[in-house]
Amino acid sequence: MFLPLLLAALAGMTHVPAGSYEQLYGKGERVAVRAFSLDRDAVTRGQYQSFVRGHASWQRDAVGRDMADAGYLADWRSPRLAGGALDAPVTGVSWHAARAFCESHGKRLPTVAEWEYAAAASEHVRDASRDPAFRARVLEAYAKRGSGARAGTSTANVYGVRGLHDRVWEWTLDFNPAATAHRHGSAGHEHHAYCASAALGAADPSNYPAFMRYAVRSGLNERSTLSALGFRCAA
Amino acid sequence: MTHTASLPSQSVVARGALSALLATAALLATFSLAGCGAPAVAADIGERASVPVRTPSDEIVGQEVAVVTRAPNVPAPITRTHATKVIVNLDVIEKTMRLADSVEYTMWTFGGSVPGSFIRVREGDLVELHLRNAANSTMPHNIDLHAVTGPGGGAKSSLTLPGGESVFTFTAMNPGLFVYHCATSPVPMHMANGMYGMILVEPKAGLPKVDREFYVMQSEFYTKGKFGEHGLQSLDMDKGVDERPTYVVFNGSVGAIAGENALQAKVGERVRFFFGDAGPNLTSSFHLIGEVFDNVYGEGGSAVTQHNVQTTLVPSGGAVMVELGLEQPGDLILVDHSIFRAFNKGALGVLKVTGAANAKVFAVKKSIGAVGE
Repeated sequence: MFLPLLLAALAGMTHVPAGSYEQLYGKGERVAVRAFSLDRDAVTRGQYQSFVRGHASWQRDAVGRDMADAGYLADWRSPRLAGGALDAPVTGVSWHAARAFCESHGKRLPTVAEWEYAAAASEHVRDASRDPAFRARVLEAYAKRGSGARAGTSTANVYGVRGLHDRVWEWTLDFNPAATAHRHGSAGHEHHAYCASAALGAADPSNYPAFMRYAVRSGLNERSTLSALGFRCAA
Repeated sequence: MTHTASLPSQSVVARGALSALLATAALLATFSLAGCGAPAVAADIGERASVPVRTPSDEIVGQEVAVVTRAPNVPAPITRTHATKVIVNLDVIEKTMRLADSVEYTMWTFGGSVPGSFIRVREGDLVELHLRNAANSTMPHNIDLHAVTGPGGGAKSSLTLPGGESVFTFTAMNPGLFVYHCATSPVPMHMANGMYGMILVEPKAGLPKVDREFYVMQSEFYTKGKFGEHGLQSLDMDKGVDERPTYVVFNGSVGAIAGENALQAKVGERVRFFFGDAGPNLTSSFHLIGEVFDNVYGEGGSAVTQHNVQTTLVPSGGAVMVELGLEQPGDLILVDHSIFRAFNKGALGVLKVTGAANAKVFAVKKSIGAVGE
């Protein structure tokens, strides 16, 4: 047990103990999550620059449209040079690209369950998802998205994870049950993304931050890139 | 002035023809339904005859790009006498805008303004709607047009990521004035942030000719700060859930159609308001202080349902068309007659009417104001 924890810490990761979280569409049932390790911070432009320099096939001019859409690293100065703030979260990366980055570091993307579970924590408690003050803060942070904040500057939550809410949206391994249903055989939930009917079946109709994340994920496919969508890795 | 006279005779003829067509369509539908459920009796057929089951059948001739306008402007009446393919381009833009003096709010918009672009098409047109979401948007967005017969009013087919575009088509089958809005989850948030506008499906026979048309939409804002509190404000979700708006405004901000931006018209003119209520929560008691609505198309439907109306009720997510002739100069005040909203929350607008006064319409005989001046 000690060795994995030490290695995780050295790799900028933190240990998240097993627990459970309340799924948005889960009839109030809590979903169990096994212990895992999660990057303390979102992957930065600088880190991603190192990655593409070592993996030329992921440079902007080499990536096929089946791996990322035209927005891939579109704000970079050149295919090998990120420019701008190197400590800002990298954005404009597709799911394929994010996965490849994590795999090159011996890691993987977190699942939706792992991400949501870790993101339910405030600085003080492991599950603040029903705390109105926490929720209001998250909503406020989402409203200020895109203001060019740096990674690692926000307060760490109780697990030591920073910036889950106040930087960018983040990729997850199984981000969209509808889009990935053909691979995983799970049922689609595309009706949840629109209209007032989205509230039907929701565990907590007041959890607006969760609805927003759900809507963002619903719109994505594996090639999508957004100027406010980055990622971090898990293990 | 009489107002029924302003209805052109051609429209009466066309309405007659339309009714006959619809009755035929309904009759056909009745026959096709006869196979299931209870057998139709004579009285039943009579009832059903007034409910059309529509099949778009107009020949689509040509194609055009819709000219859309920002409130209070309205696109020109449609003079075409045939159906066409209309391409509507709507750009979703998130941007910080004025909500009141020294008060800003990051609004989510259709077309860069609140309310969103006014769309005008003709009954029977095939509309191809292009929804583009700006690359720097933080959220995916979509559109639900109440004029659309189809899944989610288009919302199901139009979830659009930042930097993306969605396209869907629909036939504008039902004439009338309709609200559109973003329906991305969580819907109340997208609507509370300004994502609504209106689409007019002009009846085939057109609307009666008037001299001026105005686009006014009422909506609420729920801010963390109190009414008038300076600075950049953001959504207070609790106030939204409790239906306690901080602001109730016409055309997206306090004073949007007052002062220098007051609506303008002249004595002797006939004007039409396309008035919508975006909510997200409140029903509007739309009233024009100092005038009377001569014609009201109740709930934004295609027929004049009432004359000589003081205050018309406009549901959240609904609309109304009102017409009136202007007989006297002065400032006519648009209000939601739930009057605290007008006095304390911003639901005020002005229609400035200039021209010669008619003492038979109104004359001051004795007043404190007259003495003081």
